[in-house]
Amino acid sequence: MGKTVRFVQGNEACVEGALYAGLNFYAGYPITPSTEIAELLSLKLPQRGGKFIQMEDEIASLCAIIGASLTGCKVMTATSGPGFSLMQEALGYAVMAEIPCVIVDVQRGGPSTGIPTHVSQGDVNQARWGTHGDHAIITLTASNHQDVFAITVEAFNLSETYRTPVILLFDEVVAHMREKLVLPEPGELHTVERLKTAVKEGVDYHPYLPREDGRLPMSDFGGVHRYNVTGLVHDMWGFPSTEPRVVHGLLRHLVDKIENRAHELARFKEFHLDDADIVLIAYGSSARSALHLVEERRRRGERLGLLELQTLWPFPADVVRTRCSRARAVVVVEMNMGQLLPSVKLAVERPDRVFLANRIDGVFITPADIHNILRIIQGKGV
Amino acid sequence: MERCRLVFSGSGGQGVITAAIILAEAAVLHEGLNAVQSQSYGAEARGGATRSDVIIADTPIYYPKVLQPNVLVCLTQEAYNKFSGIIRPGGLLLTDSRYVKTQRKVDALQRELPMYRSVLETIGKPIVFNICMLGALLSLTDLVRPESILKVLESRVPADFLEMNRKALELGMRLGESARV
Repeated sequence: MGKTVRFVQGNEACVEGALYAGLNFYAGYPITPSTEIAELLSLKLPQRGGKFIQMEDEIASLCAIIGASLTGCKVMTATSGPGFSLMQEALGYAVMAEIPCVIVDVQRGGPSTGIPTHVSQGDVNQARWGTHGDHAIITLTASNHQDVFAITVEAFNLSETYRTPVILLFDEVVAHMREKLVLPEPGELHTVERLKTAVKEGVDYHPYLPREDGRLPMSDFGGVHRYNVTGLVHDMWGFPSTEPRVVHGLLRHLVDKIENRAHELARFKEFHLDDADIVLIAYGSSARSALHLVEERRRRGERLGLLELQTLWPFPADVVRTRCSRARAVVVVEMNMGQLLPSVKLAVERPDRVFLANRIDGVFITPADIHNILRIIQGKGV
Repeated sequence: MERCRLVFSGSGGQGVITAAIILAEAAVLHEGLNAVQSQSYGAEARGGATRSDVIIADTPIYYPKVLQPNVLVCLTQEAYNKFSGIIRPGGLLLTDSRYVKTQRKVDALQRELPMYRSVLETIGKPIVFNICMLGALLSLTDLVRPESILKVLESRVPADFLEMNRKALELGMRLGESARV
């Protein structure tokens, strides 16, 4: 039997990926341009025995999925910039309490309510540093619907593996455009299930005592073990502690479990990098315009290449450094004022050769926009 | 096939966005082609000229918007005024003769067809105006087979309305046939 082919919006590809990964609890508050995610899940989740709750706001939405995750559910919420701002406190709680959850931010123009129906990639740094305190976070993105599906599955896998919130940072163009999606068969993509404790009922369970491989098995909250969960710095029992050794150990653990794995968490795609004079670095919908330009100019003899990043945080510095080592110029393409640019400059050997090609006016950056900027960088004029 | 870029424009409620989705879906699901469809959202989509972009190709499509359409469909005067200038030289401009008075020659094949009037006279329901337009387009361009559009309609349209849509498609195809060069 042939595979199921669908013609869908990016938001629906995200929904299908989440269901494939085992999503069974969603709480959210609809907001453009993410609304189709809530709309579709309000139909599909109950049909599969899952739960969908429309909450009073985004603060409650993230809190609800954190609670549901603790009880053993695979959880997600979706929002856009304004809602993502409201979620930052609970996001920090999920980081601190190490609760697996997936947060979709379909970016629109900001700040504040900004420009709801137009494209932007202005939340890249909010995803990294929106919540306070030293912490690490995983943020993923994609530029086409097949990848949106796969990276959504990946988001669930990484959140379960590392017990961390994972942010899916999509944008209005990818979310709303329709294109082909071939639904993978069950088992075709790897899915990570919740690691549950082997500790039996009646035996003490230490919720924050890592196994030798660093992973923390979970016990469904409200099940056979009683334990404490808090946003305060806590010990292996989950109770608050101000013991310097405990504080230091916990903060190092929270950051190192992700930052030490930056290389293995790096998801990216390479196009014509082997002999590229100029390497474009792009992500999300900007990568579509960048790839269009690369393929078009290759046919005319220009040695352009594209490094499309799917993992934004932790920043894949090694990948960027190695892929850009031979380039005469590196051009970061984004629809913001250069939010990923400083990380690229820090990663490469020649930061003076890193440039920004951007648009911030709510209009989707075109291949011609990028090309014009490239010509100026090369001293060719317009 | 040669890559085809289309812009469907009109006013909210005429079904130009639905028509674009149906065409692109037919290309992907029943012709084995690649297609992307996008539309303008927000204030400009409510009243005023609404627009939906479609690209159909047998190669990958990266940049999903249309800057210079090979095929431009304008179902209102406002849409024509706003978009007629962007058509690619040598392209096809399809307008409805009741709604649009073409004012200047563009460097394109211009076809003004009485789609709205024909739908009202033979079917009596303006709701299938957009499907009639799709039929005319199929005759003028051979983009996808009519059977592919019908398959999409069967999956999207309630059974009671299917016959009306089929008639509108055939009506459009006849109008388009008569205007072929």
